[in-house]
Amino acid sequence: MQIHFILNGDPLILESPPDRRVVDLLREDLGLTGTKEACGSGECGACTIWVDGRTRLSCLMLAAQLEGCRITTIEGLTPQEGLHPVQEAFVEAGAVQCGFCTPGMVLTSAAFLNDHTLPSRQEIREGLSGNLCRCTGYQKIIDAVSLAAEKESRSSKI
Amino acid sequence: MSLVFLPKTMEDLWTLKSEHPEAVVYAGGTDFLVKRRLGLADSSTLICLERLDTLKGVEDLGEEVWIGAATTHSDLLGHSLIRIHFPILTQALQALGSPLIRQMGTLGGNVVSASPAGDTLPPLYVLGAEVELQTLSQKRRISITDFIQGPGQTVLSGGEILSGVYIRKQPEFTIHHFEKVGRRRALAIALVSLAAIMEIGSDGLIRKARLAWGSMGPTVVTYPAAEELLPGNPLCFEVLEKAASQIRAMVSPIDDVRASAEYRRQVAGNLLIRLMDHTLPDGRGLV
Repeated sequence: MQIHFILNGDPLILESPPDRRVVDLLREDLGLTGTKEACGSGECGACTIWVDGRTRLSCLMLAAQLEGCRITTIEGLTPQEGLHPVQEAFVEAGAVQCGFCTPGMVLTSAAFLNDHTLPSRQEIREGLSGNLCRCTGYQKIIDAVSLAAEKESRSSKI
Repeated sequence: MSLVFLPKTMEDLWTLKSEHPEAVVYAGGTDFLVKRRLGLADSSTLICLERLDTLKGVEDLGEEVWIGAATTHSDLLGHSLIRIHFPILTQALQALGSPLIRQMGTLGGNVVSASPAGDTLPPLYVLGAEVELQTLSQKRRISITDFIQGPGQTVLSGGEILSGVYIRKQPEFTIHHFEKVGRRRALAIALVSLAAIMEIGSDGLIRKARLAWGSMGPTVVTYPAAEELLPGNPLCFEVLEKAASQIRAMVSPIDDVRASAEYRRQVAGNLLIRLMDHTLPDGRGLV
């Protein structure tokens, strides 16, 4: 079937089987390999994307469900020049080890920070509880999200 | 390959259902699409309910509240009607899956999946919720206990969809308590869970108690005899501990890969003792 949607700001018309998983469509058909797949069953958060600005697991979504939607992947979150503030904070805080969970972590964190100004560490833990990381032990990821929140709040005060 | 339809109106839904009687209906996909990938469920036609606004939202009907079946868990968590009237449902939703799952999964999906570990089910049982089943020409309402027959088994017929859930407001129940025991806090399947609501009289004694356990049997389980152990007593450790040991003798939990029957029996009682958290120092229940 023909599917019309907006991918990282660009309108797109794509021919795809309607039941193709969105994670496969992004990675294999479109070459956007920033989106990762680990568990394939909604338990790890590695395949997180944004659909109309809200987080969504692309392994539990079929191509037909893209119709008319605005999709953002990690490639689209990253500006042309430099990095998204959450990505910068991840680098600064040392929140990346193997990097496999990072795209999903960054997208979940950025969406979480859109709804929470200066969250507590506990709130960040809860907000990221659907994204698994097997390297970092999470402390530095939480540091990074805190840091991004502080920077955001400082810059909005100026 | 399967066809996938996303009807936007009920008319479109009924047309699709009559043209494709074999179609499987899903909403958030957090359960169905996992099973489909594992080869446990599929159909040549899939109908996704996520764009059917008629099946979304929460309505105050006066004495009761209607929840659209395709309302996501996170929308329910953020809803003041649910927070005010059904705190126990809010507590269970906070323990369900993860923020990512809650943003996709729906209340109707949790009910239709009919897992004994479904986190919203024990609260719906103690609240005496009813489900609304609909075909093109008919609507019927039945209690959730009659709707769910076994693991993954409901009385939903092929032509029907579950369109909503009705819950009566019951302000007399001032204590709402849900706890789930799992391997971790997020993304855990309940090993045992307990939903409890209680009415405390003006004398500070328990007047009424409703209890439902998850992950103990083929469906959520309730024991009228267990609910009768508490009324007339103060809400204190001694009373709860005694009731807990009687409950341990009453239950016949399942034994599976996740936990032994013996463990579940112990925890089923222990979870009741946690109602201590709602007790004043003098033994009266918090009102």
